Amino acid sequence: MLKKWPFILMTLTMVFALAACGSANNAAPQGDAATGTDNKAATELTGNILAVGSTALQPLVEQAGQKFMAVDKYKGIAVQVQGGGSGTGLTQVSGGQADIGNSDVFAKEKLESGADELVDHQVAVVAMSAVANPKVGVADLKKDQLVQIFTGKITNWKQVGGADQKIVIVNRPSSSGTRATFEKYALGQKTEDLPGSIQEDSSGTVKKLIAETPGAIGYLALSYIDNTVTALKYDGVEANVENVEQGKYPVWAYEHMYTKGEPKEHVKAFLDYILSDEIQKSDVVDLGYIPVSGMQVKRDADGNITK
Amino acid sequence: MEPIEGKAYMEQNKRSRGMKERHYWEEWTGRIYTSVCVVFLVAVIVSIVYFVASKGVATFVVNGVSLQEFFFGTKWSPDGEPKSFGALPFITGSFAVTVLAALIASPLSLCAALFMTEIVPKSGKRILQPAIELLSGIPSVVYGFVGLTVIVPLLRDVFGGQGIGILAGCLVLSVMILPTITSIMADALSSLPGGLRESSYALGATRWQTIARVIIPTLLPALLTGIILGMARAFGEALAVQMVIGNAPHIPQSLLESASTLTSVITLSMGNTAMGSVHNNALWSMALVLLLMTFIFVLLVRLLERRNRI
Repeated sequence: MLKKWPFILMTLTMVFALAACGSANNAAPQGDAATGTDNKAATELTGNILAVGSTALQPLVEQAGQKFMAVDKYKGIAVQVQGGGSGTGLTQVSGGQADIGNSDVFAKEKLESGADELVDHQVAVVAMSAVANPKVGVADLKKDQLVQIFTGKITNWKQVGGADQKIVIVNRPSSSGTRATFEKYALGQKTEDLPGSIQEDSSGTVKKLIAETPGAIGYLALSYIDNTVTALKYDGVEANVENVEQGKYPVWAYEHMYTKGEPKEHVKAFLDYILSDEIQKSDVVDLGYIPVSGMQVKRDADGNITK
Repeated sequence: MEPIEGKAYMEQNKRSRGMKERHYWEEWTGRIYTSVCVVFLVAVIVSIVYFVASKGVATFVVNGVSLQEFFFGTKWSPDGEPKSFGALPFITGSFAVTVLAALIASPLSLCAALFMTEIVPKSGKRILQPAIELLSGIPSVVYGFVGLTVIVPLLRDVFGGQGIGILAGCLVLSVMILPTITSIMADALSSLPGGLRESSYALGATRWQTIARVIIPTLLPALLTGIILGMARAFGEALAVQMVIGNAPHIPQSLLESASTLTSVITLSMGNTAMGSVHNNALWSMALVLLLMTFIFVLLVRLLERRNRI
């Protein structure tokens, strides 16, 4: 008789434990809803903002988030920023797990469904340049030369007027937003992964490899380029902020912060803050992005440019 | 005298009854607590397996990629036209680095373990063991970075080519799995069934004869367990390998040419793909392959353990 007690107790505890797990899961959305209603007390905004996604945009959002929370008016709002990649950001914002999805590409280029529900907030521009190992002896490439290099038709720097050196391509993985931008605006076509090419996703590693590997070519955001690598001119146009702003240099992309539907009040306050001169003229420039306010051209998801 | 004795007896009796009751409850709270933990653990394992399996199987069931294409196709272009999902280059890459790393690390580990247990047990344990534990405490990103700054340029200077590739990957991995293999082997060696070593010496065998003809053959299953656990670790390692292997989705022509492993492709692309897309599902299928491989490694270890007991 007494021997059965423990089993009964054990089963009961298990049931409780499982029930506890269940109720914990249910509790979370209720908490969110509670903060949501707080916002209606308009005088002071409160709430949590979770921004997830692009690692290229992460430093800016993090820095802006810190400054934002330090502003007296917004001290009731907590901003949390996570990386994870553009795909993760877009999936999570469209699934409702995150308030903001950071992305390097337009949502409809990445998402198979649900992109229509997302509202795009373009907060900065990132320009990229093809870069090469300093010893290859080339500083300017035409578009079709670049295409032939990245499709494997030109395999030696000699063929484009450089040193007699085999070309080593340092690429991004095919899912990368940086690669998508480079292929779309610099090459004008998708490329395949060639045997012997190197793929890395972190800009730091890409730069290190290009600087050290003889004959290496790749592409980097302007903020990562320094004197250890050679930034190649594109059709004779140098990749710099002015040329990008005036629309002369085509290899750039917006950094997007997507919200599902129109943003809630406290999220909107944060987005407005990032677009304010305070962030655009200082942090955006310091971190190597180009402010959207300075752009003299606009571009839509299909790549059409308007002045 | 007598009444006091009787009182003391009763007192003691009372106390022991109290103790008994307390032990009873201690016993059961402990048992319940541990059972809950076990149930929780099992639930976590089951849900992880279910999650990975359901996502991984979706590639074949929902997206209609054929098993043959996935396991034997050599072309990986999930964003190309037409899309193709051949994971063979990654599977071969994973096996190549794992086997090569084990080939490099196992003899070194065996020597280190023998040194620690048979040759100079005292100072060996005092110096080597902490050194080896230190190795296992270094984060893998550090190994990757050291590989990228030291091993890759070295290979490039010595052999030419890119320096990046399977050779760099397996060198980094072999250092990483060294502690696992060494400590398991050392444990096995020090737990040698009593008398075997002494009997061998008593028969007049030298130390090397004892090691080569008695100790190693007797402990072979246990030593293999160490190697297999090391291989399991190497198979699942992602970050360090990803930094030095190059990640081109092709079967390389040489050890010094860019190649990929299952883990390196997963870490490289998972964040960039949207959940539920074919590309994402295909990455989960690779995760499933990794999971199944882990099961196989565990199974092998279990089999060896059973042999070890006899």
